[in-house]
Amino acid sequence: MSHLVTIDNVDMRYGGAAGTLAVSGLTMKVGKGEFAAVVGPSGCGKSTLMKLVTGLHIPQSGVVIVADKQVTKPVSIVGMAFQNPTMLPWRTTLDNILLPLEIVERHRHRLRANKKEYVEKAEHLLETVGLKGFGSKFPWQLSGGMQQRANLCRALIHEPELLMLDEPFGALDAFTREELWCVIRDLHAAQGVTIVLVTHDLREATFLADRIFVMSARPGKVLKEHTVPFARPRDLEVMYEKAFNDMVHELHGEIASARVVA
Amino acid sequence: MSVVTGNTAASATPAKSLAQRINWVKLAPWLYTIGLFVLWELLVIVLQTPPTILPAPSRVFQAIVQYWSPIWKNSLQTLYTTTVGFAIAVVAGLAIGLFIGWSKAIYAGLYPLMIGFNAIPKVALVPILVIWFGIGAVPAILTAFLISFFPIVVNVATGLATIEPETEDVLRALGAKKLDIMLKVGIPRSMPYFFGSLKVAITLAFVGSVVSETVASNYGLGNMMSSAQSQFNVPLVFAGLLMLAVEGIAMYALMAWIERRMTGWAHRSTMSQ
Ligand SMILES: Nc1ncnc2c1ncn2[C@@H]1O[C@H](COP(=O)(O)OP(=O)(O)OP(=O)(O)O)[C@@H](O)[C@H]1O
Ligand SMILES: [Mg+2]
Repeated sequence: MSHLVTIDNVDMRYGGAAGTLAVSGLTMKVGKGEFAAVVGPSGCGKSTLMKLVTGLHIPQSGVVIVADKQVTKPVSIVGMAFQNPTMLPWRTTLDNILLPLEIVERHRHRLRANKKEYVEKAEHLLETVGLKGFGSKFPWQLSGGMQQRANLCRALIHEPELLMLDEPFGALDAFTREELWCVIRDLHAAQGVTIVLVTHDLREATFLADRIFVMSARPGKVLKEHTVPFARPRDLEVMYEKAFNDMVHELHGEIASARVVA
Repeated sequence: MSVVTGNTAASATPAKSLAQRINWVKLAPWLYTIGLFVLWELLVIVLQTPPTILPAPSRVFQAIVQYWSPIWKNSLQTLYTTTVGFAIAVVAGLAIGLFIGWSKAIYAGLYPLMIGFNAIPKVALVPILVIWFGIGAVPAILTAFLISFFPIVVNVATGLATIEPETEDVLRALGAKKLDIMLKVGIPRSMPYFFGSLKVAITLAFVGSVVSETVASNYGLGNMMSSAQSQFNVPLVFAGLLMLAVEGIAMYALMAWIERRMTGWAHRSTMSQ
């Protein structure tokens, strides 16, 4: 399998030579079309990892390669979604979702002439996440869960090859969260997009991912890599199987001891 | 309060239903204004202050009627210098605010300078403006401009400087340039700050133009009041003050209206949270 993302022995320090060493000796590979999850103690450098892959930060040593190119500036083949939906309140939900198209080089020149086609695509995405008919509403007229759904649409509108999700479901209630897990699962199955998900929720990681990377405490590196054995498509019921719970338990133990070491 | 309504209800039942139909909140500004004038009138009557010290409102209104033609001309003149100065302040303030908010380095470098400049009393600049431009409308316009552009600059720059880092990350990851981020996020985001600052700026602009007219002009309410004062025509001085207050309130209301029209989303979005 070819790798879409390769991180090789990366060190990243914030704030100059005497600053915080966020990650050190970080190495991981994510295959094309794969669903990877990253778990680890708080402050271990997971968000830093996301920023390294998207080119928002450039490491002081080591290399990050995305789609066969070394990352030296932001790579526009990615879509990003954070825990905070960051919708722009002066734009309707639909216009918020179309925002990436006004930025990404490939689309921005086509946008005006092909507006209708793009709007249809956005509305189709809204329907996929269960927000049909909400495009004309402003973000502040939507609930937190609905905003997070719209946020996913925005991350997907420019058909990124790589979707980077940083605790996107952290602030949601359990039921909405499970619903959105299914949305993400189906998107991944239908579009073949590569996904890297950072999460604190071990059940979420186990339910969604093909592979789970466990990180050490700061400075973060990959301690262990798990392959999730459950067959796809996975049903929410899988979470009540013994093998599933054993895996969550094992992950929990690893993170707990990683925290103690720190 | 409850005692008062209880009394009126006991004495006159039909009046109560009328009192209920009136929107007291809407009416309150008018009632308070009238109340102030009545109080002032009574104070003058009781203390028997001579009109050369504190004229009664009735005397001031009389002066307004008597001198209507010069008052009207000078009010228009002051309104003109104020709005021109304010308009320049809006354009320049927006431009400088965007420039300062553009980058952290510019912000850090220029901000102390701006603070220092703002600390200078603008009255002190009027003589310099007179040396440069002579007396008349130009120093008044420039003083109005100088005094009112600072809050606009600060507000616009603040709006730009406080973009959520996550929003910026999402856009930068897509390959957005600084200009894209400014156009798509920074500028729309700073608009509520900008329109909010207009209310402060317009009242300051009146201060600037009147100060300048008082010391260095042959027109305008400031000049009218200072010459009335030298002739001990105190009711006319108060008439000028009243006209200033009316103009100030009118322009403030206009700015508040524009603010609501242009950036309604900002109010509704914070209200919904
Ligand atoms: N902009 C920054 N400047 C300086 N230090 C930073 C910055 N961002 C992160 N750090 C430091 O780098 C370390 C890793 O931060 P990071 O945000 O990657 O952690 P995280 O794993 O995402 O944590 P969490 O699980 O709480 O989100 C932290 O110790 C943090 O203090
Ligand atoms: Mg984080």
